[in-house]
Amino acid sequence: MEPRTIANEKPFSLKGYFLQWEWLLVVLLLAIFVMNANLSEYFLDYNNLRDATMGFLDKAFIVLPMVFIIMMGEIDISVASIVALTSVIMADLYSRGMPMEFAVVICLVVGAVCGWINGMLIVKFKELSSVIVTLSTMIIYRGIAYILLEDQAVGKFPSWFKFMGWGYVGTIPFILVAFVIFAAGFGFLLHKTAFGRRVYSIGNNATASHYSGVDVDRIKVWVFTLAGLMSAVTALFLTSRMGSTRPNIANGYELEVIAMVVLGGISTSGGKGRMIGAILAIFLIGFLRYGLGLVNVTAQTLLIILGLLLIFSVAIPQLKRRKGAARRL
Amino acid sequence: MAETDYVLELKGISKIFPGIKALDNVYFRLKRGEIHALMGENGAGKSTFIKVITGVYTPDEGEIYLNGTKVDFRNPTDAKKMGIAAIYQHVTCYPDLSVTENIFMGHEKVEKGTRRIRWKEMHEEAARLLNELGATFSPKTLMGALSVAEQQIVEIAKALSTNAKIIIMDEPTAALSKTESEELYRIAERLRDNGASIIFISHRFEDMYRLATQVTVFRDSKYIGTWNVNEISNPDLIVAMVGREISQLFPKKETTVGEEVLRVEGIGKTGYFADVSFQLRRGEILGLTGLVGAGRTEVCETIFGISQIDKGTIFFKGAKAQFKSPREAMRQGIGYLPEDRQKQGLVLQWGIGRNITLPALEQFSSKGALNHRKELDLAKRLAEKVSVKAKSVFDLASSLSGGNQQKVVFAKLLTGELDVLILDEPTKGVDVGAKSAIYEIISDLACAGYGIILVSSEMPEILGMCDRVVVMREGRVTAQLDRDGLTQEAILEAAMDDSAANTPLDRRAGA
Amino acid sequence: MKTVTTQAVPNKSSVGSGTAGGSISASFSKFRELGLLAFIVILSIGVQIRNHSFLTLENLNDIATNTAILSILAVGMMLVIITRGIDLSIGATLALSGMSAAQMVSHYPGLHPLAAIAIGVGIGLACGMLLGVLVAWVNILPIIATLGMMNVFRGMTYQVSGGKWVSAHQMPESFKQIATGSMFGVNNLIVIALLIYLVSYYFINYTKTGRRIYAVGSNPDSAKISGIHNEKILWLVYTIMGGLSGLAGVLWVSKYASAQGDTAVGYELSVIAACVLGGVSIAGGVGKISGIILGSVLLGILNNALPMINVSPFWQTFIQGAIIVTAVLINALVKRGIDRNNLMRRKI
Repeated sequence: MEPRTIANEKPFSLKGYFLQWEWLLVVLLLAIFVMNANLSEYFLDYNNLRDATMGFLDKAFIVLPMVFIIMMGEIDISVASIVALTSVIMADLYSRGMPMEFAVVICLVVGAVCGWINGMLIVKFKELSSVIVTLSTMIIYRGIAYILLEDQAVGKFPSWFKFMGWGYVGTIPFILVAFVIFAAGFGFLLHKTAFGRRVYSIGNNATASHYSGVDVDRIKVWVFTLAGLMSAVTALFLTSRMGSTRPNIANGYELEVIAMVVLGGISTSGGKGRMIGAILAIFLIGFLRYGLGLVNVTAQTLLIILGLLLIFSVAIPQLKRRKGAARRL
Repeated sequence: MAETDYVLELKGISKIFPGIKALDNVYFRLKRGEIHALMGENGAGKSTFIKVITGVYTPDEGEIYLNGTKVDFRNPTDAKKMGIAAIYQHVTCYPDLSVTENIFMGHEKVEKGTRRIRWKEMHEEAARLLNELGATFSPKTLMGALSVAEQQIVEIAKALSTNAKIIIMDEPTAALSKTESEELYRIAERLRDNGASIIFISHRFEDMYRLATQVTVFRDSKYIGTWNVNEISNPDLIVAMVGREISQLFPKKETTVGEEVLRVEGIGKTGYFADVSFQLRRGEILGLTGLVGAGRTEVCETIFGISQIDKGTIFFKGAKAQFKSPREAMRQGIGYLPEDRQKQGLVLQWGIGRNITLPALEQFSSKGALNHRKELDLAKRLAEKVSVKAKSVFDLASSLSGGNQQKVVFAKLLTGELDVLILDEPTKGVDVGAKSAIYEIISDLACAGYGIILVSSEMPEILGMCDRVVVMREGRVTAQLDRDGLTQEAILEAAMDDSAANTPLDRRAGA
Repeated sequence: MKTVTTQAVPNKSSVGSGTAGGSISASFSKFRELGLLAFIVILSIGVQIRNHSFLTLENLNDIATNTAILSILAVGMMLVIITRGIDLSIGATLALSGMSAAQMVSHYPGLHPLAAIAIGVGIGLACGMLLGVLVAWVNILPIIATLGMMNVFRGMTYQVSGGKWVSAHQMPESFKQIATGSMFGVNNLIVIALLIYLVSYYFINYTKTGRRIYAVGSNPDSAKISGIHNEKILWLVYTIMGGLSGLAGVLWVSKYASAQGDTAVGYELSVIAACVLGGVSIAGGVGKISGIILGSVLLGILNNALPMINVSPFWQTFIQGAIIVTAVLINALVKRGIDRNNLMRRKI
């Protein structure tokens, strides 16, 4: 065999660096800031920015594991139902006299179990797609929430619980601190660990990963369990902010969460994207919603905008790829 | 040139895919009423060539003439209308639909005015075609319930139903036993006698001698030449296909065979194989051969933990072992080079470095985080060791040629401390230069003390590389041959001969 | 979500022959429908014992009219699922076209009922065509495309309504007659549903295009080689689905004499449940009209019977989910059984 040298340093390309999707998100985010600042002189005020952020961060906790799920080429549309179920169980237990601390722990455990069930069904029944599995559990989890609480609302939580959604650490909202910690953790998991590398490889080619000794099933179950757990975390913050809960809480969150992930540049066909993109997308959609609120755009119009945003952020990369593929065929 | 002897002529056809030239300036001429063999090794461009003829691909360069008139196929329907039909190597069927529908999909029989599908007529026609081909299953059977041989008959019936004048058969005998092949030869001859011209693609010499009058050879996507079958000698044909003489290709080194490392005893898996026993020693290359579908890959996959055996025992390094997953098998010391490197072997969208280190991520994880420096160093070292032709470890796997991709898969196997390597068709779709490099790698690995199972359908490869050969047919071991008794005839006999009472065709007739 | 490229052809490596397998699976599909029928009968008898007003002509007629809209939508959903897709937007499409039609008749009370139907169907078709383009040509996963458009259509419904209801007194009698009137003594809804069954039965069994829907779902790669334009077929099924949703929208609004922004929220789930119960395979390529009729009827009976035997309405969501999961899992397990059987039959 003739000796041959192969480089193991990556040449840095400035053009390539700035041609990334995430930079587009940064530009869009800046544009929204400029727009909002023009609409309201108070927008750039520290207190205002801070409170606006607190308003949309609750669902951001689900975005983090959803990045992993979509990265693997799967989907989970049951997350909003898990939020509802865990929130309702927690409130129900508390109203029946259980200490709130225990209720919170049980809420987290139930969330993880719900996610674990999703994961197990998906890996044990490979003939079913994650679409149909999580569609079914979405109905069931929400159904249990309705059975438990019917059409009542439960509230009056202790003050420390209220702190989660409304309190500050110094001048920084507690929810933001929590989010930064979780985001850093998930970012590390995805980009710096063997686990994250394996998630990428499953998304690109699950079969080859399996043949290369990646335990595809175990990783999938873990990721879905994490999604369940983080849905329960969202339930904590959301319930805290709302001050009460009812079975129809968090309706439609799955759309927003998926929209954020996809807008963040994570490809629905798997294997592409970065955590930072999804995090930028959370703030982008959050501040966009805030700005539209300033000009009195209704919640219904927001639905349209969110839907279109989801479609466009999937369509643009698809159309680009199509242009490439057209040359081939 | 209106009057011509040639029903089909292709001139200067090229087809380029990103990264590879799948066809490079290829010529082909088919006479009316002849059976023309098209030969070449796996990956020589034969499959792309057929797809050009049938309109699935549009060529980037070159011209196609039908009966002397230039044609331009934009889609498969155009080609079908001109009387061209293909029987593909990997049966392309609709498992959920009936045999009749499979036969007539795309050219259903409909009422003139109402466009209503005439089911009765289609079922009758399908029954007639199947009957003509000697099949006894009902046209209303679901396609998914048929065996490969039966599905192939449906494919032929499909070609007949279009009244095709030009029929392309892509490796139709690859999975067929002797009796079944004979049946297929007879069908092909009958089609020819009825005026059809046939392109018969195969890399089996028997097929060519038995059927064809002309033979065209492709190699590494290029046209090599066309000969009368009775004018070219066997060795010349091999040189045309392989590009050099066989003896130069196999650098088989003498190794010292050590102690036993793997033994399987009477293992079986329902529906795939039964009662398979063999042993493997260190430093030994054990060939595992047989027809496509004989159960070779399934045996290897159960040893590697992809699926589970339900009978028998596997002994690995002296102890009973049954691996639940490839991960477990690799940790214990078994590596597997899968048959389909693009789907099973590589993450094509990734650089070669990441591909190489994927099985061994634990090695450079410290406190949970990956050490990229260490990872890149290992990738570089292994890629150089198997001499991958690439500029850097960041080159995308999809940008490499078949041979270099396969070397990357070999490098993946070298990341772990393994004792046994199972290589499933390691030279499939690899050009000649890379082929001999891969044989060298295999030889070196055997010298280094690995026990190697080489799964292959290529006779020269088995004869040239292996110390011992296990032959399988229909899920059972039919012969174990030592190097002394290793001849082409003995292998073929064991792989194909189904003269015993229990032939699939007999069974079909009796069913 | 990558089913398209990974679906293996069964028996791909089969060694022996298994000619009997076809008749087994054929008889299973009959067995499945008989089983469903038997279940419906047993359920009905059970409910009848608890509540004697269940099996009355009046109540049965109620069930049939209530099931009609569901089963019309199930026809479209079946076609979508056969092509390996799914459509979550139909509840919203239904609401949008129903609301638009209701707005029209409340402003122009003289409008002919058929014109109102045409408006609804037209809007539904437009929604479906748009979705079809997104799925077929832009290549967006059906789940993502329909999830996104679901919200767009729902938002548009609120826009069209201006946040208000259109209630019974704003609708002319002729419009309400669409759903309440009858032909030959049979309620119009039932007549329309039966007509749609007949037409679609003919369409999927006796036309080339209909069969190609199955081909595309069964094996998209082969379909391409057979010269089928997969994109056109995909576009067509979403368009049909949209058209049927539009029709269902008008019927719904006419039947309940009310159009609201949140009409039929989540109804797509019932429709998917009806299909899955009726044996439509999520993996594509399999589904029959007779199956989805039975599936719809079973759901219709459950919806009618549960309140009659005093099951709390808050249990309904859960029961629906449990039904979908059970049906999907049973389908999968039975399919495994058949495959195992085929493997056992191979001679080695």
